Amino acid sequence: MSNRRIKVDYMTRVEGEGALTVRIKNGQVQDVKFRIFEPPRFFEAFLRGRDHREAPDITARICGICPIAYQMSAVHAMEDAFGVEVGGQLRALRRLIYCGEWIESHVLHIFMLHAPDFLGYPDVIAVSKDHPELVQKALQLKKAGNEIVALLGGREIHPVNVRVGGFYRTPSRRELDELAEKLKPARDIALDAVSWTASLPFPDVERDYEFVALSHPDEYPFCEGRLVSNKGLNIAIREYDAHFAEQHVAHSNALQSRNKDGGAYKVGPLARYNLNFDKLRPIARQAALEAGLKKDCRNPFMSIAVRAVETLHACDEALAIIEQYEPPEAPCVEYEVSAATGYGCTEAPRGICYHRYSVDNEGLIVDAQIVPPTSQNQPTIEADLEHVVRQFMNLPDDELTKRCEMTVRNYDPCISCATHFLKLNIIRD
Amino acid sequence: MSDGKKPKLAVWKFASCDGCQLSLLDCEDELLAVAEAVQICYFPEATDTFVKGPYDVSLVEGSITTPHDAERIHGIRRSSKTLITIGACATAGGIQALRNFRDVKDFTRIVYASPEYIDTLGKSTPIADHVKVDFELRGCPINKSQLIEVIAAFLAGRKPNVPAYSVCMECKRRGTVCVMVAHGTACLGPVTQAGCGAICPAYDRGCYGCFGPKETPNTSSLAHWFGEHGKHNRELVRMFRSYNAYAEPFRAESEAHEQ
Ligand code: SF4
Ligand code: SF4
Ligand code: SF4
Repeated sequence: MSNRRIKVDYMTRVEGEGALTVRIKNGQVQDVKFRIFEPPRFFEAFLRGRDHREAPDITARICGICPIAYQMSAVHAMEDAFGVEVGGQLRALRRLIYCGEWIESHVLHIFMLHAPDFLGYPDVIAVSKDHPELVQKALQLKKAGNEIVALLGGREIHPVNVRVGGFYRTPSRRELDELAEKLKPARDIALDAVSWTASLPFPDVERDYEFVALSHPDEYPFCEGRLVSNKGLNIAIREYDAHFAEQHVAHSNALQSRNKDGGAYKVGPLARYNLNFDKLRPIARQAALEAGLKKDCRNPFMSIAVRAVETLHACDEALAIIEQYEPPEAPCVEYEVSAATGYGCTEAPRGICYHRYSVDNEGLIVDAQIVPPTSQNQPTIEADLEHVVRQFMNLPDDELTKRCEMTVRNYDPCISCATHFLKLNIIRD
Repeated sequence: MSDGKKPKLAVWKFASCDGCQLSLLDCEDELLAVAEAVQICYFPEATDTFVKGPYDVSLVEGSITTPHDAERIHGIRRSSKTLITIGACATAGGIQALRNFRDVKDFTRIVYASPEYIDTLGKSTPIADHVKVDFELRGCPINKSQLIEVIAAFLAGRKPNVPAYSVCMECKRRGTVCVMVAHGTACLGPVTQAGCGAICPAYDRGCYGCFGPKETPNTSSLAHWFGEHGKHNRELVRMFRSYNAYAEPFRAESEAHEQ
């Protein structure tokens, strides 16, 4: 039992590609390496010399699954550099488009990437054969999220309407009213999704994480707030570099981010939920508690249920934003460019996405740094894997492999966003 | 998903953002119908299923940027009856082809603390530079209705109805006020291939060329117009050098304005 070799060549249902190697010797976990070998795409390099206004369009191309997160982090960083304040309805619309991205991305993750693991199917299409209604509802919910993004952004993937200072065009009252009609049934589906996901069979795992997320005094965080953790971190976004550092390890093309003291930390739905539970919309909070989720949730596998809670929150908040909407006078705030450095951090569906840009007097980018959620979660994914392998070592090979894959899918490492690929090797020698 | 008689579909990825293959999962209304019509044999972003080739249709996303990928694409070509490239990365090298105008070593040093760990090619190239491609679907990202049309056409053995004319045609048809005429906003619509539905002008901005060059585009005449309306050479370089920077007409036009 303790001297075996398992090799799974390709990690599926994650975005992008990567590999993970777990080495077990004499029943002891020797080494866990989460390797991302997606070819590098060099965004930070070719952003140099581009106009600051191009940053939201260019950085969107880092990831097809959460382009809004990149666009928003970029525009917030530029606005920080130039001292631009975007408030009122424009700010509300930004939250609305972010709601859209959370809904479509979370639903994709919950039903297409993750749920098949819990239900024992290879993919959502196979699930749909036995549970057609479940899948149809999921697709309807996902579509509602995509429709928000498509209306506010022009299209679902790499929207064209987000710009520094606001939008190119703002929606009309009528356009939003039509959207609201689709969101109401979507909110009901999300409500059911909370209890359904919370009833899935979760492996019994508890981990003591350092959760890091944005925190805002009055709202569940999307774009603004301070960076806080359950272990005492409380900093402004611009202090990020002083507390976190990216490392380049030989086994991965994706940089790994750690605390300056070397500690792994966790970003994403579970971190947001644990740090901001009280800011969830009441309907989401209540649904979570009724479904048996605690305010304090440290089981990484329950991320699927927390995603459902956040989806419900996003549907409800989207409806609230639409209800109070009055078209603003201008789609965008005017601003002056000057040489400066700006910092932006927003809550991508998978966790904080940090951008820092320095621009010159003409508004051209001199230097860029982008830290996507996967880079930040990578050391924690490795630690989770080590934990899961140790806890479930006596399971047969194929089941242990499945557990490992599920563990990675708790994050759905948005690998293309770490700008980079997954393969699973369990080596027992 | 194992009915042996249906056409076998595979989806492959090279350097990309996954957005083009995600377009398939974003077809909420058609997804289950597509899954009925074909046997999805390989699509790692969506399924654990892996059925060996040969495949009737392979969709290829992403550009070639590593020695390993330059090898891998040949195997995929050999196992595919029809090979369709999807998106600007696969059809033109994508945004990552911006390295093609520079020394990639500089880029590696800027991004990575230990450049020696990185194995990458000096150029990001489209799939057609390496193997024969049967059809190229443009866009960054591709348009999902066009994707459904292309899959349906190949399944039916007919030519896909994907026009090669410019975004301007779609823009006029949509009834959008021309942003160049009305506001003097620079717009690449006249030289960009249709397919998106002319989104940008409908959102009060100029087209930035994400569908790449249309058939026989007159880029120099358009660049001249931009120049007369106050665009400097370096701006022209940037305009033509984005998501389809390495597509021949855009590449040539950008280089013409580089001093
Ligand atoms: S063409 Fe654009 S959307 Fe498609 S994979 Fe490449 S970067 Fe992503
Ligand atoms: S706005 Fe652009 S795409 Fe539309 S007609 Fe004018 S030039 Fe053509
Ligand atoms: S108008 Fe141009 S840039 Fe905008 S989506 Fe269409 S092709 Fe792309």
